[in-house]
Amino acid sequence: MSFSPTRLRALLRKEFIQMRRDRVTFAMMLGVPIMQLLLFGYAINSDPRDMPTALVAPVQDRFGRSFAAALENSGYYRITHPLATADQAERLMTRGEVAFVVTVPADFGRRMERGDRPQILVEADGSDPSATSGAVAALSGIAESAFRRDLPAGSARTAPEIVAHRRYNPEAVTQYNIVPGLLGVILQMTMVMMTAMALTREIERGTMENLLAMPATPAEIMIGKITPFLTVGAVQVLVILGAAWAIFDVPFAGSLGLLLAGVMVFVLALVLLGYLISTAARTQMQAMQIAIFIFLPSVLLSGFMFPFRGMPGWAQALGEVLPVTHLLRLVRGIMLKGAGWADVAPQFAALATMVAVLGTLALLRFRRTLD
Amino acid sequence: MTQATAIDVTGLTKSFGGRTVVDDVALRVAEGEIAGFLGPNGSGKTTCIRMICGLLTPDAGSGSVLGLDVRRQQRAIRRQVGYMTQKFSFYEDLSIEENLAFVAGLYGLPRQAVRDTLEDLGLTSRKTQLAGSLSGGWKQRLALAACIMHQPRLLLLDEPTAGVDPKARRQFWDEIHARALGGMTVLVSTHYMDEAERCHRINYIAYGRLVVSGTVAEVIAGARLVTLGVQSPRPGELAERLRRAPGVEQVEPFGTALHVTGTDRDRLMAALAAEGVAGRPVETSLEDVFIRLMEQSQDNMR
Repeated sequence: MSFSPTRLRALLRKEFIQMRRDRVTFAMMLGVPIMQLLLFGYAINSDPRDMPTALVAPVQDRFGRSFAAALENSGYYRITHPLATADQAERLMTRGEVAFVVTVPADFGRRMERGDRPQILVEADGSDPSATSGAVAALSGIAESAFRRDLPAGSARTAPEIVAHRRYNPEAVTQYNIVPGLLGVILQMTMVMMTAMALTREIERGTMENLLAMPATPAEIMIGKITPFLTVGAVQVLVILGAAWAIFDVPFAGSLGLLLAGVMVFVLALVLLGYLISTAARTQMQAMQIAIFIFLPSVLLSGFMFPFRGMPGWAQALGEVLPVTHLLRLVRGIMLKGAGWADVAPQFAALATMVAVLGTLALLRFRRTLD
Repeated sequence: MTQATAIDVTGLTKSFGGRTVVDDVALRVAEGEIAGFLGPNGSGKTTCIRMICGLLTPDAGSGSVLGLDVRRQQRAIRRQVGYMTQKFSFYEDLSIEENLAFVAGLYGLPRQAVRDTLEDLGLTSRKTQLAGSLSGGWKQRLALAACIMHQPRLLLLDEPTAGVDPKARRQFWDEIHARALGGMTVLVSTHYMDEAERCHRINYIAYGRLVVSGTVAEVIAGARLVTLGVQSPRPGELAERLRRAPGVEQVEPFGTALHVTGTDRDRLMAALAAEGVAGRPVETSLEDVFIRLMEQSQDNMR
């Protein structure tokens, strides 16, 4: 048969009508690219500034103050804890509340006046190497400007030595950061997408009407639907952690039990999120689109791909409601920094809250009837 | 009322998106009765059944199903009702036995119930076959088995025999009658007239309204129709002419014969005489009555 424009017109016409009728897909195709372009375009910044810093300076003198001022003037550092002790600073770093700890030794001022070349220690959180690299690179310039006035003109004395130390990952191995993060991202992709189909499959195959006609409560149906996926998630967790340990040599500094407990709370939050999607979507196609729609910010705004602290406040707030954000902090904290229960309790609390909220919403959204 | 009622609802109304699908329907089904539910496509049969078994909440109306409030005790009703959906709605990727075991688990029945049901409905030999690979008749039998396994007091069947061959249909109806004898109440929707005639009572619904109910004989008598049978060598042409004749409501070909139906015997005879043919009285069929009811309610809607 020869090519027929009439037939082609009929085919095109039918396709466009169907595309227009499927409102959700249509909205996704037009609205989502624009929204995501604006969202991620403004949110992502790979050279974060104003990073929280703890200052450990037992003796408050003008040298310490001028160094602190120079740090802040560089734009990279914001001294959030100016009067920290060494112990406090250590804990703040483990919990991820500060990205840097600056230690000015007690005898720094005395040695400066004596004309020695004393040291200042700057410890950077190396669990995310890309986030702190810009700030570390700027250190020598900062020291120069801080102590310029203290060095007599024409003197042979040089500025004090700044010792920069990347904690947890001194060689800045990217895998140490990426592999624990991948744990969260891979789980997010598979778990949410699989459970998002849970109810829509019943609806599409026409079995939902029958299921509703029989005596099963919404909570029973929900638990019945998500438990198998929890099992699958648990297997995935073991596979990824095994690979992280055996293939990528990622250090396991903290407790494995604590890590597994945290990851399983995260997986529970994910399957509930997926289940919530499946109570809203009418077809499996829609469920998949919604799952992908949530997946993108989980990669881009969670601190997985780009430094969390580099994002503006509104984007960080958005990142805080994503389960992956909290999992990344938890996993990096336990695996790389050896964080204990007290250090990751906020992440547990955040994930547990999400479990409660998502579970409640899913149960409320579940329609017991076909109305 | 000497007999207890299984279904007793009045004023049942339901609309979807501003379109009233079921409008002020009253329905009464006695216990142990097989009630037929008839009406054209889209007349609201399925919606009615779903409201009765608690899958849809009525916009208005009240009543009781098995003595339970149809609006407030939907969950209790579901436990005692077996509902067979119009479309096969069991799991095609599970075997017959696995499907039944699932249903048994939801109703809290012992494992023995599955074996008994398989045996009762002659499914034992095929119990490991996946439901998706079953033919229409076997699927229907599986669906029926799953709906009656928990011994419901009321069985709601929504066009259960669509696409099922005559032998399987007959077996199906034998099964239904056996259950009714055992005290189960059955409400069955259908398009087949022979099935309607197998029901104790029939209820005819059109455009969301209940038009008539009664036994088959009552419904036929109530329509006050007269039907005459005419033999003709060229029934097609005769039918064309008779359809336009005054006093003739319906002309249905039956092989070489025609069944001519009207409301007035004299006018009907006159119409036949004008064509030079003689008619002999035959029984008015339920189908003739329903087509007349359908046309009447259509006129009422306009």
